[in-house]
Amino acid sequence: MHPVLKLVAQRLALSTLLLLAASVLIFAGTTILPGDVAQNILGQSATPESLANLRKELGMDQPATTRYFNWLFGALQGDLGTALTNGRDIVDSLGGRLKNTLFLAFWAAVVAVPLAIFLGLLAVRYRERWPDKLISAVTLASISVPEFLIGYVLMYYIGVQLGWAPTVSTIYDSMSLGEKLGAIALPVTVLTMVVLAHMMRMTRAAILNVMQSAYIETAELKGLTSFQVIARHAFPNAIAPVVNVVMLNLAYLVVGVVVVEVVFVYPGMGQYLVDHVAKRDVPVVQACGLIFAAVYIGLNMVADIVSILANPRLRHPK
Amino acid sequence: MIRIPPAALIGLFFTGLYFFVAIFAPLIAPYSMTEIVGDVWEPSSSEHWLGTDNIGRDLLTRMIYGGRTTIFIATAATILSFSLGSILGFTAAVVGGWVDQAMSRFVDLIMSIPTLIFALVVLSVMPVTLFMLIMVMGLLDSTRVYRLARAVAVDINVMDFVEAAKLRGEGRRWIIFREILPNALSPLVAEMGLRFIFAVLFVSTLSFLGLGVQPPNADWGGIVKENKDGIVYGIPAALVPAVAIATLAISVNLVADWVLNRTTSLKGGRG
Amino acid sequence: MSDKLLKVENLKIGARIYPPGEKPRNIDIVHGVSFELEKGKVLGLIGESGAGKSTIGLASMAYGRGGVEITGGKVWVNGREILGTNLKDLRKLRGTEVTYVSQSAAASFNPAKKIMEQVIEASLHQGKFSKKEAEARAVELFTKLGLPDPENIGDRYPHQVSGGQLQRCMTALALCPEPDLVVFDEPTTALDVTTQIDVLMAIKDAIRDTGVAALYITHDLAVVAQVSDEIMVLRMGDMVEHGTTDQIINNPVEEYTRDLVSVRSTQHDGKPPTDNPVLTVENVTARYKGTNFDVLHNVTMELHPGQTLAVVGESGSGKSTTARVITGLLPPREGKIHFDGRDLSSDLEGRSRDDLRELQMIYQMADVAMNPRQTVGTIIGRPLEFYFGMRGAEKKKRILELLEEIEMGPEFMDRYPAELSGGQKQRVCIARALAAKPKVIICDEVTSALDPLVADGILKLLENLQKIENVAYLFITHDLATVKAIADSIAVMYQGRVVRYGPKAEVLAPPFDDYTDLLLSSVPEMRLGWLEEVVQSRKMESAGN
Repeated sequence: MHPVLKLVAQRLALSTLLLLAASVLIFAGTTILPGDVAQNILGQSATPESLANLRKELGMDQPATTRYFNWLFGALQGDLGTALTNGRDIVDSLGGRLKNTLFLAFWAAVVAVPLAIFLGLLAVRYRERWPDKLISAVTLASISVPEFLIGYVLMYYIGVQLGWAPTVSTIYDSMSLGEKLGAIALPVTVLTMVVLAHMMRMTRAAILNVMQSAYIETAELKGLTSFQVIARHAFPNAIAPVVNVVMLNLAYLVVGVVVVEVVFVYPGMGQYLVDHVAKRDVPVVQACGLIFAAVYIGLNMVADIVSILANPRLRHPK
Repeated sequence: MIRIPPAALIGLFFTGLYFFVAIFAPLIAPYSMTEIVGDVWEPSSSEHWLGTDNIGRDLLTRMIYGGRTTIFIATAATILSFSLGSILGFTAAVVGGWVDQAMSRFVDLIMSIPTLIFALVVLSVMPVTLFMLIMVMGLLDSTRVYRLARAVAVDINVMDFVEAAKLRGEGRRWIIFREILPNALSPLVAEMGLRFIFAVLFVSTLSFLGLGVQPPNADWGGIVKENKDGIVYGIPAALVPAVAIATLAISVNLVADWVLNRTTSLKGGRG
Repeated sequence: MSDKLLKVENLKIGARIYPPGEKPRNIDIVHGVSFELEKGKVLGLIGESGAGKSTIGLASMAYGRGGVEITGGKVWVNGREILGTNLKDLRKLRGTEVTYVSQSAAASFNPAKKIMEQVIEASLHQGKFSKKEAEARAVELFTKLGLPDPENIGDRYPHQVSGGQLQRCMTALALCPEPDLVVFDEPTTALDVTTQIDVLMAIKDAIRDTGVAALYITHDLAVVAQVSDEIMVLRMGDMVEHGTTDQIINNPVEEYTRDLVSVRSTQHDGKPPTDNPVLTVENVTARYKGTNFDVLHNVTMELHPGQTLAVVGESGSGKSTTARVITGLLPPREGKIHFDGRDLSSDLEGRSRDDLRELQMIYQMADVAMNPRQTVGTIIGRPLEFYFGMRGAEKKKRILELLEEIEMGPEFMDRYPAELSGGQKQRVCIARALAAKPKVIICDEVTSALDPLVADGILKLLENLQKIENVAYLFITHDLATVKAIADSIAVMYQGRVVRYGPKAEVLAPPFDDYTDLLLSSVPEMRLGWLEEVVQSRKMESAGN
């Protein structure tokens, strides 16, 4: 077997294993810990009988391992159980919200990724000069600012004072794409700002690393123009690290989404998760946790696989 | 005489100020934490410098006590994550073998789930108390400190001067504390600043989501939550704690940057 | 003027450096160097690290590496002034008239592109040849440079050929656009000595056949003497001496040049072995953990008290692994180590404090062999404290004695390693080893990272210390000149085996085995015509077979 295929297969297997282990961790985190779901639902005044009944209904009388495997096999078949709070099927409630969250994250990525790469290149081009310094100052500031601050500042000035965008991002299926985009303008801006700084800084580092290689000097000493040096020699070697940077930041975006959805009351998965954590609705929390972990692990895996595919030493073995 | 660059000076000043206010909060705060002193969302005035909050409490007082809570939780969580992470990281690097493998794979696993999501999962079943928050944050964050400490120690552990000490017959204690630690200190100190900032942001986020410090007590994140509904009416009270979080984080960052630069310039020099 | 290909007048070069935590400042690298080069001639630039030789080489292409900037003087190529001309004209110059061969071909080839594409790139870009013509020329050059399978080697990626082959490909890359001048920047320094000779001959032939002129930059006078018509000696950015190769080698005027020429001539009369060796390595076979092949096969050698055993070989020969086995860092699979009449435990944990004390080690890279956070006093004092329980005034007195032995003053006691020069660092490491009062010191390539004159000083110091302290050295090196200068007996290693072993006089006298012959004859000698002689005699030998 070609070594690249072997490595990619290894990554896939590893990620699957990791996701499985993560599912154990999520399940254990909500079960083995001393909190009692039944008590939480029924409150302190519940009678011992009603507690026992509810526990039985929830399957709490079975051993934890049995419940874990029931949950896992259910999840594999697309059954995540029912919510404790309203008895509705979790998959039904999640479907639309997951779509909304991905919609939001997608547009944030569409704006942020090209912008970050462009600004990263700009910082490299003007290294140690003012554009670079400005960019690193903004980076420092933005990693120190919580997402909700950016959210409320934008909401206050752009949404309320200027009235340019809605402060609450409600979207329906019946809205046109334009209307939807208008509704999510502010959250997309916030998410972009949240990931932009990191992505830019890492892109800058990745490209600088390539630009400082001896083969770039060789290319310059061949008399190639700056553009040819970058296009023919820097770019092919910079793709892998930059894609890696993008993937890692998209994974970070997935987490940023949670807070931003709450700020703008956006009907996505983050909002759904936070609501149900407050209500201590364990099956919903487990389901959301699993999906977030899967997306996160998946993106990290893609980043790994891209690095493998782009490595000429692996692609063309001796 | 040490020359402190202006950026670091500003950072030191604000960091010092925030910590001073946090420590002496009861002496500085003009009103009591829960006392209702005026109307809802009064604008700033000579009695209430920052105005009042969503139920008419003095916002400055809330901010001072909130800062105390935020800084206390963040400091405690940082100390926990730091001591745990660096001790385990060093041990893994020096002992090596299956101990290292087992600990590192476990940390990989924890880090495969986004920290916020993991915290939410755990907090959905745990009682939300100060102690719980500190434990959850400190334990989750110790994975990052572990990785850094281990990486730094592994790098140093393969240096010839450590090998020379091993060949001399030095014990593990000498190797960790006299050979590795002095050389690992500067990256770790700078990391401590970053971990503190992360803890501040993290506890604020949790409280903002309603899953951190519970009312009537509040940290800065909680104050944002209490006052967020004012935003749409054009009342900026929620921005005050948010700005405080940002300035604290930026100040600590400036100090950490300076410490890192200063210590790396001394690399191999007096230190 | 017209026959002068390159003319450099009063060239001054500076650089802006950014020491961490301090303000950036400007330093001078080259202060006013002048020379001329005719068509088809080779000028060797020689000097220690920091002499400014690479910087001068690149200045002939009007190129400054990193923060390096040409601050004054003039450079003409083919009669045109090139400093201060626009970038477009410079690009034309760089691709066609002057080309560059770097020290590390492995880093200078783009890992993502095939060799052929990179070799012909400049020719195509400058419109000198069509693709077909350029490829034909590249294959011709590959053949001339003695590369295997010249028709197809261009289809490979850089990581798919060996280091010596890639260095030749780099030469082809530089020669492909038919330049007037090639700058060779230490092209053979990173290669093993037996590989170096082939690459050197290939470069020399290529220069002769194409009639190109060259600047040949190196720190090794013996190498440059083989390829150049003239030599310029540089030191700390100043010219020391400039003359024909014959004059510089056989009749140097300046004292510094004389030192450089005589640096390898130190000789040492081998002492005869005694009855009782202090260290015996007996039939050692070893492999690294997690691998399934042996890196040492049946290695046997003896070291006698107060004597030096040189273990010599190229990279991968197993000489450093032998040291790891002796020190207990790598327990052998089979075989034994005897030390001073007793068996040594195969792993470090099983050794007594005296075992450890009497067997000390000195490393190649002195900077990483000392804890940067400890002072010289602490570094030398620790073994005194650890092995002999010395404290206070007694310890200090001994540290000062040791500093005196390594010819350093008492003021160094409170300094940190970063404040020392390369040679001083290595001296402190020697003092640390001596502090333990060892019977044997393992010296692992201790002079390889140092400039020749500094290395010479260290060798002389080691020899003196051996007389005073009666300590035995196991001296690991790849450099046969060093071996001649210090050894009493020699073990030649090749692919994990000892291929030749005995007293120095015997090992270095014929008849040789094939590998030792190859190794010995590959060491550049400080005289003109050596390269041709060696190549000629090798051709005759292979014809005879």
